[in-house]
Amino acid sequence: MIAMTTTWPDLIVFIAAAAMAVIGALGIITYRNPVHSALSLILTLLGVAIAFLEQEAHFLAAVQVIVYCGAIVVLFLFVIMFLGVDNKEDISVEPLVAQRPMAYASVVVTMVGILAMLSRGGWSTGAQVATGASPGGAENVQAVGSAVFTTYLFAFEATAALLIIAVVGAVLLARRDRTGESISEGADA
Amino acid sequence: MTIPESWFLMLAAVIFGIGMFGLLTRRSALIMFMCIELMLNAVNLTFVTFSRSLHDIGGQASVFFILVVAAAEVTIGLAIVVAIFRRRQSTAVDELSELRG
Repeated sequence: MIAMTTTWPDLIVFIAAAAMAVIGALGIITYRNPVHSALSLILTLLGVAIAFLEQEAHFLAAVQVIVYCGAIVVLFLFVIMFLGVDNKEDISVEPLVAQRPMAYASVVVTMVGILAMLSRGGWSTGAQVATGASPGGAENVQAVGSAVFTTYLFAFEATAALLIIAVVGAVLLARRDRTGESISEGADA
Repeated sequence: MTIPESWFLMLAAVIFGIGMFGLLTRRSALIMFMCIELMLNAVNLTFVTFSRSLHDIGGQASVFFILVVAAAEVTIGLAIVVAIFRRRQSTAVDELSELRG
């Protein structure tokens, strides 16, 4: 039934997006150089953006590319290069006993749980909202905008306050005290 | 409306699992942050998928707010990493075994 309802261009786009996302995700956790991990993160974010587009969430796809690929990853790369930690991390040693088998086990348990829930089809049976269907294209931007500025107005204002607090906190954490010795350079520096 | 929702949910589950594994095994604080971003993205993908399948725009509005909170979290987290690196010359979380500065 899936094969009948799915047209092949959609299938190709989905497979490309999924491959980008999964290969990028694997790259993040396997590259030893943090710069390469950050570049793999861009690949994953673009794959997820394509998946958003595929589901007609056009506004979120654009925001994903602008905010994540444009701001967050650049912030990561800036910090990596600012600190000069682009040296290799040795991921073969295992200081904590049985950390990796435990990680494998917990990931397998989580994945089996999610996929079992998914295969029973118990997820997508919520009540469908008759009005307010999520439209695509320019109407998608309009729908998201009107939802954010009417239904979720309080949360929107709260995020404005959150961003101000975050910026002030980041400046406070990263600055050096000019009056005396640096805040972060202690006696052992 | 052509690709079934369950495929996107499976993709999101796979991305979430990979991010979780990376978070549990890597020891560089920067890589752990990247893995957290990965898990947040997987959850965003499920939000958008359910927004499509339930015809509710609220899912996409939630993703918008998650993006804002993720941006704030990365800003503060990287500032903390910079402050710790000035002190310890390392971003490995194993070095941070004590609260004393």
